[in-house]
Amino acid sequence: MEVILKPWPWYVSGPLIALVMAILVFFGKTFGMSSNLRTLCSIGGAGKYADFFRFDWKAQKWNLTVVLGAIIGGFIAVQFLSDGSAIDLNPETIADLNTLGFQNAGATLLPAEIYHWDSIMTFKGFSILVLAGFLVGFGTRYAGGCTSGHAITGLSNLQLPSLIAVIGFFIGGLLMTHFLLPLIF
Amino acid sequence: MKFLKFLFVGIFFGIILVKSEAVSWYRIFEMFKFQSFHMFGIIGSAVFLGILFLWIFRRFKVKSIEGNEIHLAPKDKSFARYIIGGTIFGLGWALAGACPGPMYILLGTGVSSMLLVIAAATLGTFVYGVLKNKLPH
Repeated sequence: MEVILKPWPWYVSGPLIALVMAILVFFGKTFGMSSNLRTLCSIGGAGKYADFFRFDWKAQKWNLTVVLGAIIGGFIAVQFLSDGSAIDLNPETIADLNTLGFQNAGATLLPAEIYHWDSIMTFKGFSILVLAGFLVGFGTRYAGGCTSGHAITGLSNLQLPSLIAVIGFFIGGLLMTHFLLPLIF
Repeated sequence: MKFLKFLFVGIFFGIILVKSEAVSWYRIFEMFKFQSFHMFGIIGSAVFLGILFLWIFRRFKVKSIEGNEIHLAPKDKSFARYIIGGTIFGLGWALAGACPGPMYILLGTGVSSMLLVIAAATLGTFVYGVLKNKLPH
């Protein structure tokens, strides 16, 4: 039990993620989390504004169910399957984050400097989260998939487009981490 | 009842991503700094095993539980949409520290502010849908 309560190493987590992908494929579906954002738009009536949202969203109910499960899974993992271990970050990472003004790096899953409501209630903090979410939602649909659809499923299926998309993910991620985050924080 | 199995897959997925710390903003930052093998190990081993799983499905002509031949639709051939869209996604991924899967999962871990990010991501998808025909693909 103690092994389960500790953070899981990459060589356990990675194969289990592949298993999730394989199970969904075996169920006749695919592993793609960002498609649900499009479904949410359709449910909200976005079909009035663009053809892109005029599709039978009810056929996507299975994927919304996966999302519901993922939310429950997140709850179970922190409530019952965690011993509160801090994230074992590289000391260099912690030092770099300190320089940027992040305290207690790794004590929780997310930095309070970005996700605590006190931070969000400022114009800057609010803008950061809205911009971040917007870029993810816009970019993932433009690229036709996110980490699950391209990096895991697409690469496993040896799709060149997915490799290009993943290279894009890294171009964007490296630009943000190395050049933009130091300007923002 | 046919949805129950998807609920369980989702729960399993949520637990794995929290326990692997892949939902952590800090782990994404560390990955883009190339300061740890952790995230590369997760993605790399997932892809390695994923290739193996899909190869087995194909090699042994495994049928899905719906009785159909397993077939993953190939992605449309293009360059622009993948590199531009991917870069935009990457900018958001490194800032939010979460991609769509982790956004939902983190909501479940009790991070209520993730609702704002999910709402913004839905808005981003909406704006893409409206502008779709004007963008290079």
